[in-house]
Amino acid sequence: MPIVEIKDLRVTFTGGGKPVPAVSGVDLEVERGETLAILGESGSGKSVTLRALMRLNPEGKSRMEGTVRVAGQDVAALGRRELRAFRGRTAAMIFQEPSLALDPVYTLGQQIAEAVMVHDGCSRNEAMARALALFERVRIPSPERRLQAYPHEMSGGMRQRAMIALALSCRPQLLLADEPTTALDATVQIQILVLVRELQREFGLAVIFVTHDIGVAVEVADRIAVMYAGRVVESGPMREVIRRPRHPYTIGLLRSRAHGALAKGARLETIPGAPPDLADLPPGCPFAPRCFLATATCATTAPGPEPVGAGHQARCLRVDATAALLPAVAEG
Amino acid sequence: MNGGSQAATDPGSGRGGPAQPLLTVRGLVRHFALPGKLLGRSKAAVHAVDGVDFDVLKGETLGIVGESGCGKSTTARLLMHLINPSAGELIFDGEKVGSRELPLREYRRQVQMVFQDSYASLNPRLTIEASIAFGPSVHGVPRRQAVERARDLLARVGLDPARFAGRYPHELSGGQRQRVNIARALALRPRLLILDEAVSALDKSVEAQVLNLLADLKQEFGLTYLFISHDLNVVRFVSDRVMVMYLGRVAEIGPSEALFSAALHPYTAALTRSMPSMDPDARTEAPPIAGDPPNPIDPPPGCRFHTRCAFVADACARRTPVLTPAPAAVLPSARPDHRAACLMLEPGSGHPRAPAAPAAAE
Repeated sequence: MPIVEIKDLRVTFTGGGKPVPAVSGVDLEVERGETLAILGESGSGKSVTLRALMRLNPEGKSRMEGTVRVAGQDVAALGRRELRAFRGRTAAMIFQEPSLALDPVYTLGQQIAEAVMVHDGCSRNEAMARALALFERVRIPSPERRLQAYPHEMSGGMRQRAMIALALSCRPQLLLADEPTTALDATVQIQILVLVRELQREFGLAVIFVTHDIGVAVEVADRIAVMYAGRVVESGPMREVIRRPRHPYTIGLLRSRAHGALAKGARLETIPGAPPDLADLPPGCPFAPRCFLATATCATTAPGPEPVGAGHQARCLRVDATAALLPAVAEG
Repeated sequence: MNGGSQAATDPGSGRGGPAQPLLTVRGLVRHFALPGKLLGRSKAAVHAVDGVDFDVLKGETLGIVGESGCGKSTTARLLMHLINPSAGELIFDGEKVGSRELPLREYRRQVQMVFQDSYASLNPRLTIEASIAFGPSVHGVPRRQAVERARDLLARVGLDPARFAGRYPHELSGGQRQRVNIARALALRPRLLILDEAVSALDKSVEAQVLNLLADLKQEFGLTYLFISHDLNVVRFVSDRVMVMYLGRVAEIGPSEALFSAALHPYTAALTRSMPSMDPDARTEAPPIAGDPPNPIDPPPGCRFHTRCAFVADACARRTPVLTPAPAAVLPSARPDHRAACLMLEPGSGHPRAPAAPAAAE
């Protein structure tokens, strides 16, 4: 049984005037020990989907529909106590900005020990010992000293490692990562990506890794789900999605990347226009207004997921047309 | 390429001739003093930019890459004179910036900047037309002409003036706002455009559009770009030459292709290998270097990269390397305009891998 099962997830933000459907009908599954990368641009609903898994979207200002099951538990039905036990214990999250996720007035050791004591009911000494072991595992140099440090005393990369240690402190089965390397320098980002991959293997974690960067997804993921306007438009094994993309949006993203092999002075292929206003989505395929393959039908009919390979789906009416493009895409 | 239109947009162009660098930067230093400790003997300072020399050639795109704290954005702000340098001088087309021949105001007209945050860099209370026309008005262009120029530029950056001129910044998307910022930067008909992470905040699908636009504008207006970014793929794509900075100093500078295909400095090599792989079958197995960039408040002595360098030797902590081309004996394809600050390149530097001193070689 997959550890994460999301069926027809819809999250609507109702705080402002017009309700905004940030996520409209997402189906996803993640197996134990698997890493799924959710790839998307700002406003695609990738972070909202991730937050829904821990019920972190503001309850008064958003409405969540559909089923979200994590490790057999129905996340929407959890009571307050159960939710507390669930967060940290079953699923833990790391964020883009560790300095906002960590408490500035406690040392890192205190924060990790507190989480361990609350969840496992062990003594402070045992909790500190586990914190130390975790700091060593995430390769923080001089870990004893760093446990006594406050978050502001550490560099960005070290804070991110400390947050990973905190997230792993209660031995979760599922790690949710919301762009954890976006704010980091290139030489530090790759260290964190490799670390996440190691930890995933070592602890048998399931990981959902949200990113806007295709390269990051390639480095960490077993499977990729591409999101656009609150929907998963394409999902499949990482190699398949990168080598044989079948949704025009994925194709456009891969083609518009400035990469090393590009000739000097060449023009980038672009996706015209801008992502749509979620409060005012077109009736058919939300990507149709920007799509180079769109037909009149695309503007009126919302496409369902079409199987295009083993475990590979694209939500597009023109998958036949994209199949014809394949050799050209693979070259780029 | 279009010499005629360049002359039309800029009557002052070609003052120093085509071989004269458009901008020469010599010994640029900027330290930011930290609040002094009561008993501290000497006040600590952030060595944001610590002795930087480079040229920006006419009509080229010079890319600047580096990690946070390397001084790339401080360098950009110093070039714009948004902050004053602690030391060093700027020479713009043969004339010293701030001298009687080239007062700051006249220099600033010719050098404009586009920032990363497209929203923060626009006045929320001005329509975008008014924002673009503001600069020319201040510089003495009559109001009606300034507005006309603004509308021309809006059309030029792909925003229909009939639809967009009267809008406010919050009514535009990030990509559209960055187009407005580019139009505004061009309103004074500058010769040098400094793009400080100008496409970094944009979504990838929009980033490609803006990069294409920048390429078009460069051709049309005969511009020179200083393109600052942390995204090596983008820098490699847009730049003729690239400068790599590390902790306030230049680590390497050279033609884009040479620098990316055969890096001379170990830091450049590590940086390029740190970019996530796009090949599902060639993922990065081990990080090229460990640790974070050190704090620029107390930079390591000697070569600033020696604390993270795989080739570190005793000499590296003692001797500060200077920009040197690769010795032809080591790298036959070496070019004099491709230089790196590494003791391994400096003859007789004391590094075991350094070439022998010239006297000994002969």
